[in-house]
Parts: sequence; C-alpha cells; structure tokens
Amino acid sequence: MSAPAPVGTDASRTEATFAVEVSRVSRVFAGRKGASVTALDDVSLTVEPGEFVSLIGPSGCGKSTLMRLIADLDTPTSGDIRVFGTSARQARLNQKYGIAFQQAGLLPWRTVTGNIELPLELHGAGKAARKNRARELIELVGLSEFAAHYPDQLSGGMQQRVAIARALAESPSLLLMDEPFGALDEMTRERMQNELVRICGETRAAVVFVTHSIPEAVFLSDRVVVMSPRPGRIRDLLSVKLGATGERGENLREDEAFFHAVSQVRELLHGEAPNAVRGVDSR
Amino acid sequence: MRETSVVRTAVAPVALGVAVVLLWQWAVTGLDIAAFILPGPFAIGEQFANNLDNVFAGMLVTGVNAFIGLVAGAVLGIIIAILAALIRLIDGLAAPIVSALAVVPIVALAPVLYTMFGAGAETARQIVAALAVFVPVYFNTLKGLRQVRPVHRDLMSSYAATPWQSTKVVTLPTAVPYVFTGLRIGSSLAVISALVAEYFGGPVGGLGRAITSSASSSNYGLAWAYVLGSILLGLLFYCAALALEKLATRRTGG
Repeated sequence: MSAPAPVGTDASRTEATFAVEVSRVSRVFAGRKGASVTALDDVSLTVEPGEFVSLIGPSGCGKSTLMRLIADLDTPTSGDIRVFGTSARQARLNQKYGIAFQQAGLLPWRTVTGNIELPLELHGAGKAARKNRARELIELVGLSEFAAHYPDQLSGGMQQRVAIARALAESPSLLLMDEPFGALDEMTRERMQNELVRICGETRAAVVFVTHSIPEAVFLSDRVVVMSPRPGRIRDLLSVKLGATGERGENLREDEAFFHAVSQVRELLHGEAPNAVRGVDSR
Repeated sequence: MRETSVVRTAVAPVALGVAVVLLWQWAVTGLDIAAFILPGPFAIGEQFANNLDNVFAGMLVTGVNAFIGLVAGAVLGIIIAILAALIRLIDGLAAPIVSALAVVPIVALAPVLYTMFGAGAETARQIVAALAVFVPVYFNTLKGLRQVRPVHRDLMSSYAATPWQSTKVVTLPTAVPYVFTGLRIGSSLAVISALVAEYFGGPVGGLGRAITSSASSSNYGLAWAYVLGSILLGLLFYCAALALEKLATRRTGG
C-alpha cells in the first residue's frame, strides 16, 4: 500500500476488489399519466469474489430489478454499478457473468447438449471444445443419461439443472440467479440447493441469488440482503456463512445455527424489532 | 376403446361418403336428372377411369404451376416478413400494401398478367398462385417472429448476441410453427389460384382449361372427372403441407 505503485497495478487492484459494486442505485419506472414507481431507492451493495449473496424480500421490493440491473438487462435511473471493476454493460459484453432465471428458458427445439452449448456456440467456441465442455457440465448437474433428450421430455427440476449448467458453460466468475428454484416443489428444491452448494464449491464463482424463501437464503448464502418494498430498499445485511461451502449438507438444515439464522432473517423481514436492537442481536 | 376410435375416425366418414355417392346416383337415375345439370357419380368415375392419362397430365401442369407459385410466394413472404420484423420502416411500408393485397381477388389479375407475359406462357398463373400464397405466409411468419418469449430475449441479451445471432438462434425457430401454418393455408390457395387463373386464358393442358373446354363441348362427365382431379391435387398439396407442419411443430408445442 505504501510503496508507490504504477497506475496499471492500481487499476487492476480495483478490478480485483469486488465482484459486484452497486453504489447509490435507484430505478424508477415511469407509469401512466405521470405516475411513477420507485422499484429501487438509493441501494448500495458490494459482493466479494467467490461470495454467495442472497437478495430476499417480499414481492415488489426490487430484488429482481436489482439483479437485472447488475446483468445490464435494464439500466439504473441513477447511481452506478460496476462488475469486476468495469461498467455493467462492459461486463455483459465481456461475458463476465452467467445467468439463470425462474423459468428455465431452454430452447425447446434443442437437446440438453444443444442448450448447454448455446452460449459457447454464440461466442465462437470450436465444435470439439463445445462437446467436451457440455459433457463436463451435464455430468456436473447429474444428467448424463439425458444428454440427447429434449426439454419437454424432462421434469421441471431437470430443466432447471440444464439452465444452471448453461449458466456455468463459460466458467463465469459471477453467477446471477433469479429465483431459479421458485417453480419447484419443496423436495426437489432442497436437492437442487444441495447441488448448487456443491457446484459453487467447485467453481468458486460469486453468486447473486434472488429468492423469497428464507431457509433457502440462509442455507445457501454467505450473506443475506434483506430488502423492503415500496420503495425498494436494503433493510439490513446479515452474515450467515454456516460453514464452508464444501461442508454444507443435509444435516445443516437440522442445525441450531441454521434455525437461529432463519428466525433472524424472518424478524428482519417483518421488521418487528427496531434497527439498533437488532443490530446488537445479530452480531 | 381403440377399436371404437378407429371406427370413428376412418370407418364412419368412409361409410358416409359411400352413402352420399349411392344417394347421388339414385337421385340422378331415379329422378331422371339430365347429365348437363348433374351427371351421376358412376358416369364421372367412368370418365375419370377412361381419361386417367389426360387427368393426370392436367394435374401435372396445374400442379407444377401451383408448386412454383407456392415456393416463390412462400420464400418471398418469409423474407419480407423477416425484414419487416427486423426493420420497423419496412414493416410500416409493407403493412398497408400487404393488407390491400389481401383483399384483392388475386385471380382477377390473371387477364392483365396474360397480356403482360404473353398468352402462351404459364408465368401469369404462377404469379397469381405466388401472390395468393404470399399473403397468409407473410402474416403468419410476421406473427411468429413476434412470439419470442421474454426469457429468451433476456438470455440472448445476456449473451451479448448480435441481432443476427438472436434472429437465427431464437426468433426464427420460434416462428417456424407459424410459418408452416401459413404454408398450410397457402398450399390450398396455390392450387385454387393456379387452377382458376386458367379460366381466364393462357395455354391449354391444365385442369382449369380442361374443365371449361369439356363443359363447353357438353362432355359433362369428363368436366366432372377433371374436377375430381383438382380435388385430388388440392388434397395432395394440403396433406403434404400438413405433414410438414406436424414435423416442424413436434418440438415446439410444449
């Protein structure tokens, strides 16, 4: 720090600092007849490389909007978003992130392999490289027997696993997920969460995960961002990190610390205790 | 269960068809209807069998015209629809013209086209068929190109895909079932238009000319035999298009 550093090193250090840096971002949607909806109001948030951060809150709190802004699928009304030190737009153009939505969004006319190869194909990867990478990923999400199947032959959980494999295709160092398990039943959901924890352990990607399930957020995350609606704001941040990613498993769901964190998030969401008291409580 | 469904889908309509033919024959002979008003189905069948070569030759001439028109109209309809979907200006320019084309009775252009291209050429008929096909293919394709799901649009955007990449990978495949629906509608229109265009002149040999000439020489059974040939030709086109549509929508229905 004290040694004089060339300009280049300085720039690269900022780049390495945060996976996502959201500073004072607002997003206002213009409604009819001059009425406008403030989806996000003055939101700031940082995500470390390799960190798993969940955005949780009731409908209308702007959690999906925030994720779409980070993905540059939408632009903020004010404020600034940087992804690995570049603008969100540049990060999208440079393919810095992989993304998965609530709907799997697979192309029905392509096989599982074809769907996973899609981003590689668009970005000019060779045929052999595509095949190999797709095979790796299909194995990673446990669908080896279904490589040649079409999406309409798969269950909802399997489709979502394909979508996650597709998001991981180019080994992104940031994964954006918008309620990817929202449409799944509880049992499938927990199994998918276990798999996601394992996958994240293997890929070491930073994750921004939008959900409205408290146990899901607590189980998966290093940090939970609790948001409140109308206007969308960050109410509180909670560090949960219940053990290293690799060690988290089914037994964690029975753990005392897990229940404690769940009730903490629930209290924050419902906003029962005043801020100061809660701050002491949770740290 | 299976047997009853077979009875329903195959046996029942065949039985109805046979009953109608018998009733028709009975009416013609029993009520002594003159042949120039309505010949009996057996007489038509006889003429059809006796003139099989001529009917097939007519089907070939009209069929080739309809097919060329179908392909040309479809290709044109698809290309212009793609351009209209990509470029708003073209959409704005094409919309009123195609709408106007949709209400013009296209076969009415036939006499004009015969004078343009010469009465000895089949070109006029092919153009009439192409114009008739163009309209439904254009509208259906354009509709199909606008059916891209928002999640797919977001996905392509997240991949920073170029407009052409998105069109090729998502927009066109999404539109395919709609294109084939347009083609199915166009397939029967192609045959009808190519055939009716023959009524207004041009070279002989096709089904349309054969129908008018046999009718004007009081050979009513033969005229109806050619009508039967046109029905078969229309069915052939329609069934082929339907089979293609089924094949194309196999993976996109769900």
